[in-house]
Amino acid sequence: MSTIIKLKNINKTYYNGAPLHVLKGIDLEINRGELVSIMGASGSGKSTLLNILGILDNYDTGEYHLNNELIKNLSETQAAHFRNKLIGFIFQSFNLISFKNAMENVALPLYYQKVSRKARNKIALEYLDKLGLKEWAHHMPNELSGGQKQRVAIARALISKPQIILADEPTGALDSKTSAEVLEVLKKVNATGMTMIIVTHESGVANMTNKIIRLKDGIIEKIEDNSEHNISAFGIQNIK
Amino acid sequence: MLSLLYEILTTIRRNKMRTFLTGFAVAWGIFMLIVLLGSGNGLKNAFSENWGDRLINVVQVWGGRTNIPYAGFQSGRWIELDNKDIQFTAAEFSDEVNFAIGNVQLGSKNISYGTEYLASNLQGGSPQRLIVAGLKMAQGRYINDLDIREKRKSIVISQRAKEILFKKDDAIGKKVNVAGINYTVVGVYYIDDRQDATDSHIPLSTAQIVYNRGINVSNLSFTLSDKINDEPSNTDFMNRYKKRFARQHQISPDDDNAIWYSNRFESYLEISNVNRFINIAVWIIGIFTLLSGIVGVSNIMLITVRERTREFGIRKAIGASPLSILKLVVLESIFITTIFGYIGLMCGVGLTELLAGFFASGGGESRSIFVNPTVDINVAIQATLLLIIAGTLAGFFPALKAVKIKTIEALNNR
Repeated sequence: MSTIIKLKNINKTYYNGAPLHVLKGIDLEINRGELVSIMGASGSGKSTLLNILGILDNYDTGEYHLNNELIKNLSETQAAHFRNKLIGFIFQSFNLISFKNAMENVALPLYYQKVSRKARNKIALEYLDKLGLKEWAHHMPNELSGGQKQRVAIARALISKPQIILADEPTGALDSKTSAEVLEVLKKVNATGMTMIIVTHESGVANMTNKIIRLKDGIIEKIEDNSEHNISAFGIQNIK
Repeated sequence: MLSLLYEILTTIRRNKMRTFLTGFAVAWGIFMLIVLLGSGNGLKNAFSENWGDRLINVVQVWGGRTNIPYAGFQSGRWIELDNKDIQFTAAEFSDEVNFAIGNVQLGSKNISYGTEYLASNLQGGSPQRLIVAGLKMAQGRYINDLDIREKRKSIVISQRAKEILFKKDDAIGKKVNVAGINYTVVGVYYIDDRQDATDSHIPLSTAQIVYNRGINVSNLSFTLSDKINDEPSNTDFMNRYKKRFARQHQISPDDDNAIWYSNRFESYLEISNVNRFINIAVWIIGIFTLLSGIVGVSNIMLITVRERTREFGIRKAIGASPLSILKLVVLESIFITTIFGYIGLMCGVGLTELLAGFFASGGGESRSIFVNPTVDINVAIQATLLLIIAGTLAGFFPALKAVKIKTIEALNNR
């Protein structure tokens, strides 16, 4: 398997008041198609790491290669281009645009790829169909349940056919049943060969991934190979 | 471009209140400005209309009674003007005076034609009186140089006098009897609310001979040249002229009662000052109205953009460049301000046109102080464009600030 993400001695310090060294020399390689979780206590640096991986934030020193491209000192426009082409995001709070319906939210990444409105709406409907939300395509976010919103967000993350999916606590705002359904979707997405990195503090979620990266105080404490797992999140057996 | 337009329309359609508030601020600003400018123009037009076709540069002089003993004369002496006053005015002040004319007021005389008659104020005048009085001929001609030279018994009557004396018949060439003396009607002048409908005019030379006035005139009028074009030049000229007049009639230069002057140019300057004041006041109020519109739009845009910070973060996270977001906000601002600016413009122009129609049809008592309260469409369009630019800039700067916020910070914005 080829490497899609390669981090070498990544450091990040925040300077709001007293300097806070959040990431301390992170070295990490993630292969294509892997399902990886990042775990750690609050303040361990897991969200910062995810933001750097998603080119939402810069790092101070080190090197970050994404899809064999060095990601360093990018302008906002370059970063936006990389995000649009290579990365799909799933957020804990869904981050859907409130005045756009489900279909328009899903289609939005294609708008920035200059796909015509008709074409992008057609593709968005196909993705919503795959996620069982075709009937909800014209509903506004406030008319959807938490699970539906997250599935819309997943469809939006997938529509631009990214190389990796970054999910920040994707089940954090959901009840356990809905969480299981969302995780099932994510697992299926990963099964198509999509690289997926999930930041979570829930061991149930981490247990369904192939690799668990445990962060503590800004350093990788342990990387666990979990490829033999057969326990799905929340104890649901063998999600297919 | 179509996609961008659709994106803008979606945003506008789904954020009706925000769009309405921004639009209302724009439309109201433009509407008020146009109504205000229209009202100012209405007042100015009324002044102009009241002034009419009368010359602005006319000075009239009447003789009075002395108050101050001077050069051996007692006070209480009546000063009579005569042809010599006309001559020295024209000759010695040729730089400042275009022409000078005399007028003899002969009082009320009965004018009859057949069995019809009326009482008319008879005046002896010169050809230039037509210009000085702002008369317009309805038929025939005014008194000419030949009438003066040959002391002809020609008469110019008003349209009202013509209607009374001749009904629907032609008056030109007909002889009328003026207190026992026959005059040939050579012209009929239009009357409006400024002219005395019963004034009749005969040649000055005829009036002086027939009515035993010698070389005396009741008053003299002259027009000022272009050299007298402001208050200082007017004051300087009048001071010099009054001194000369005092010398001519041996009256004290300080005797304000001996000679009476009416300087229309002074009145014109006063009205011009009023007009200028109205103009400045309207523009100041208009600019402040526009500014308040701009501030209103800016505030709404500022709040709108701040409210949308998270949305911009989401857009950036899924691949929007800062420029594309900036473009979205700016075009949205232009779209809203243009549409609502146009609505405000149309409403304002509509109202001023409605008022113009109302006042033109003689509606209301305000006719004389409010005429054609409309706005130059160029001014209206320029003001609308200014507000559109202001609205755009008002959206641009907060949007520029918003897109500069780090994507992750924008995403976390609540």
